Amino acid sequence: MNTLAEPPSQQFHSDANRSSTDAPRRAAVRRALSNYQTARNRTGATFTDWKSARASAATIKHEALNHLDRYLEEFEQKFTARGGQVYWASDSKQARDYILELAKKNNVRAIVKSKAMTGEEIHLNQALLAEGYGVVESDLGEYIQQLKGEPPYHFVFPCMHLRRDEISDLFHRELGTAKTDNPEELTMIARRVLRRAYVEADMGISGGNFIVADTGMISITENEGNARLTVGLPKIHVALIGIEKVVPRLADLALFLPMLATAGTGQHMTGYNSMYGGPRQTGEIDGPEEFHVVFLDNHRTRLLADPEQRDALHCIRCGACLNVCPIFKNIGGHSYGTTYQGPIGSVITPHFRGLEDWKHLSGASSLCGACTETCPVGIDIHHHLLHNRRNAAAQKPAKGEQLLWKAFSFLMKRPSLYRFAMKFAPLGGLLHPLVQGTPMDPVAGWTGSRDFPAAPLGSFRERFRAHNAAKQSAAHTGGAR
Amino acid sequence: MISHQGDREAILGRVKEALREPAPLKHPAERSAGGEPTTAHFREWLPPVGAAIEERLDLFRKLSETLRSELIACASVREAAAEIASLASAGGWKTLALHQGELVDALLPLLPASLTILPLQSGYDKDQLEACDAGLTECDLLVAQTGSVCVTSKNSGGRVLSVLPPHHIVIARTGQLVTDLTEAYQSLAAKYRDGYPSMISFITGPSRTGDIERILVLGAHGPKRLTILLLP
Amino acid sequence: MRVTLFIPCFIDSLYPNVGMSMVHVLERLGHTVEFPEEQTCCGQPPFNSGYWDEARSVASKQIDVFKDAEVVISGSGSCGAMFKVFYPELFHGHAREVDAKALSSKTWEFSEFLVTKLGVADLGARFEGRATFHDGCHGLRELGTKQAPRELLKHVKGLDLVEMTEAETCCGFGGTFAVKYPQISTAMAEVKCNSICETKADYVISNDSSCLMQIGGWLNRNVGSVKCLHLAEVLASR
Ligand code: SF4
Repeated sequence: MNTLAEPPSQQFHSDANRSSTDAPRRAAVRRALSNYQTARNRTGATFTDWKSARASAATIKHEALNHLDRYLEEFEQKFTARGGQVYWASDSKQARDYILELAKKNNVRAIVKSKAMTGEEIHLNQALLAEGYGVVESDLGEYIQQLKGEPPYHFVFPCMHLRRDEISDLFHRELGTAKTDNPEELTMIARRVLRRAYVEADMGISGGNFIVADTGMISITENEGNARLTVGLPKIHVALIGIEKVVPRLADLALFLPMLATAGTGQHMTGYNSMYGGPRQTGEIDGPEEFHVVFLDNHRTRLLADPEQRDALHCIRCGACLNVCPIFKNIGGHSYGTTYQGPIGSVITPHFRGLEDWKHLSGASSLCGACTETCPVGIDIHHHLLHNRRNAAAQKPAKGEQLLWKAFSFLMKRPSLYRFAMKFAPLGGLLHPLVQGTPMDPVAGWTGSRDFPAAPLGSFRERFRAHNAAKQSAAHTGGAR
Repeated sequence: MISHQGDREAILGRVKEALREPAPLKHPAERSAGGEPTTAHFREWLPPVGAAIEERLDLFRKLSETLRSELIACASVREAAAEIASLASAGGWKTLALHQGELVDALLPLLPASLTILPLQSGYDKDQLEACDAGLTECDLLVAQTGSVCVTSKNSGGRVLSVLPPHHIVIARTGQLVTDLTEAYQSLAAKYRDGYPSMISFITGPSRTGDIERILVLGAHGPKRLTILLLP
Repeated sequence: MRVTLFIPCFIDSLYPNVGMSMVHVLERLGHTVEFPEEQTCCGQPPFNSGYWDEARSVASKQIDVFKDAEVVISGSGSCGAMFKVFYPELFHGHAREVDAKALSSKTWEFSEFLVTKLGVADLGARFEGRATFHDGCHGLRELGTKQAPRELLKHVKGLDLVEMTEAETCCGFGGTFAVKYPQISTAMAEVKCNSICETKADYVISNDSSCLMQIGGWLNRNVGSVKCLHLAEVLASR
């Protein structure tokens, strides 16, 4: 999958091409998502007005992002007053080093982790394992992916591409359990392993869905209860969160929690929505002695600095845009080669990891807009794909392609030349020599898998002219009679 | 103590610099007179809840069913104790973990003598708690709009009693049922004016996962069952 | 009313019958149909590829061409969306922003023009067969056209309209995307066409010829029996 030597765009091309012809896998992914849309529509319909709720969510996120400095400081002040500690990490390495240092300082032996895409983003597990710490992913899907040695396939449904027999084989191989095709039995196998992990861990690492400024809390949304246990039992809790996850007020969650659930899974509320405002307080019987929040920038400020696309940071990572994306469904999550897959990943990855290397993701879209339609916080996702394409072309135009479009616009600005060209050669034929033999060659690209329409007799303009002439002469003869 | 804060100043500097040019608001919501988007506004766009207590109860009951929470109305503490006793004998429980609280304290003397009680007073042994058959807690609120039980580290026996044992039993009063999440947050804000507990958690049904082929399985980690005993 | 047709380049050269059907439908309703011969292409191909300067110069030309039009009717939801939604964005902060917005506000997608603007649904059309409707993405999501074509088709005598499960799923055309990423595009076409075939329809109808080129291209190669028709062709038949 991730062959290091290959540039991302080449890897994408070959992986996407392979997976889009992998019929069984595509079918499995479609099957896994088949109930999602129904559930989501049903739950969405219980809202008095989903669109207005969405506009509110967009407005609140806009407010949060456009005063991000103020809200981060407010969080910090409230959170540290309650004994929490905030660490600000500019990049992956700084975040990793801080967490490693914490582990060392506290003689940590075992670490349990609940789902955190930021952890994937900074390759935290690899760093911890390299230093000899045992790390167990506690979310079932993440656990399966960890056993499999594969990154998550989808940032909300990490192992949605796997069939039960594959998971059974994996458990059999890695854990020595008996084979079964019953999802419940498979879940119980993981349950037994993971319950021990919580009890034994001395450090729990989580992500966070929201940073709540006015009360200095982080909020975690999950269905399984694994995050509750991850941050409840070990003596140190580290939450690694992107700085964009802010909401101004605790009361705003009354909107965001139901919207996240509805868009994410079609539930009206996710199983556990928990807000944590510090380590164990006086009078409480348990909870971690230390609670560290690590704010991760890692180029988020680069995206923030682009007012046109700033709203891409409104994302609450519900995964809805992946669930409805026909590209995602056909090429699968791994082809992207990114931490954040699907439409939103294609929008933000170029900002996080470089436009030149990741612009191809914005190109690999039919711009159908299903993502934008579904997004609960109103991000114009597919328009941002267009913005990325424009920025990429401006930054480093592809020579052949630029020439093609220059020729194209030259032709299209000259109606008489255009008419002349259309008369003697179909449009494609005229431009074809420019790209023949290149990967841009439309004829080869098209006819490999699809037929081309048969050329009609005469263009529309010719027929319209004839039609008008016939009408006129009819009127003429009519008038003469 | 804050040992060090990393790149605090650098990041805040970058944020401020980035925000020099404002971003357009492409999908504006209605705003209050003060120009701030109002939180009151979204409330009316969320799933509606009836105003009367019966309507709230009906919705809570309906959602509990969908969520596979077991909602049992009990006329008295004695009846609630009897429910626990029958759950205990049906489930073959040996140990029940619980915490101190007004309702739990009232229940305690009425519970079957055969049941070993693990009280979480000032701490507990993790292994012992992990081995319990059920956990009994009180809660702060019930939310009609979402069918949720709101527990806190202060009033529900800490952070994990409500999520580690395989069966979670909540004892609550009907008066604790609020309409929606907005009211829940208002009520929490009023109650904890002097400081929130370190954890507030809205529990909506028993632990669940859909990670294998998106097929629903209950009890991924903690409670396979959630029973709510509702007193008048 | 004086209506001005915008016939995108590929309808002009590949699907002239679609344009002529629009002419017939509109003339039967008593409107005067104009077709300024100076029009060429909306500029979507370079726009979608990121070459906005080139797109702007083509677009600017079209703004001139349609300057005096009362209403502009597009037979392709996609090209209509280019005028209506993307021109204002393309010219945002540029000299011709006002002109772009003016063109945007008088542009109509064909079915929407008939149903919403003119308020007609029954065109007295007759067409025998079982058909399913494909929502072109740009018409559906940029222009919000969903009911209008169905409203029109409901009144076509002899037509048995059945919905497919994937009606709103992208066919995978996406302009240059179809040739830049042929495998992905084809996989998408396959999903779409399987859904069409499930309905046992004889025809797939759409308000966007570009989608039909993709769908037809796949169906012809792999199935052969289902025919593609533009909405206007169905409405013009009697
Ligand atoms: S972009 Fe929108 S739809 Fe996609 S994950 Fe983020 S919030 Fe959800």
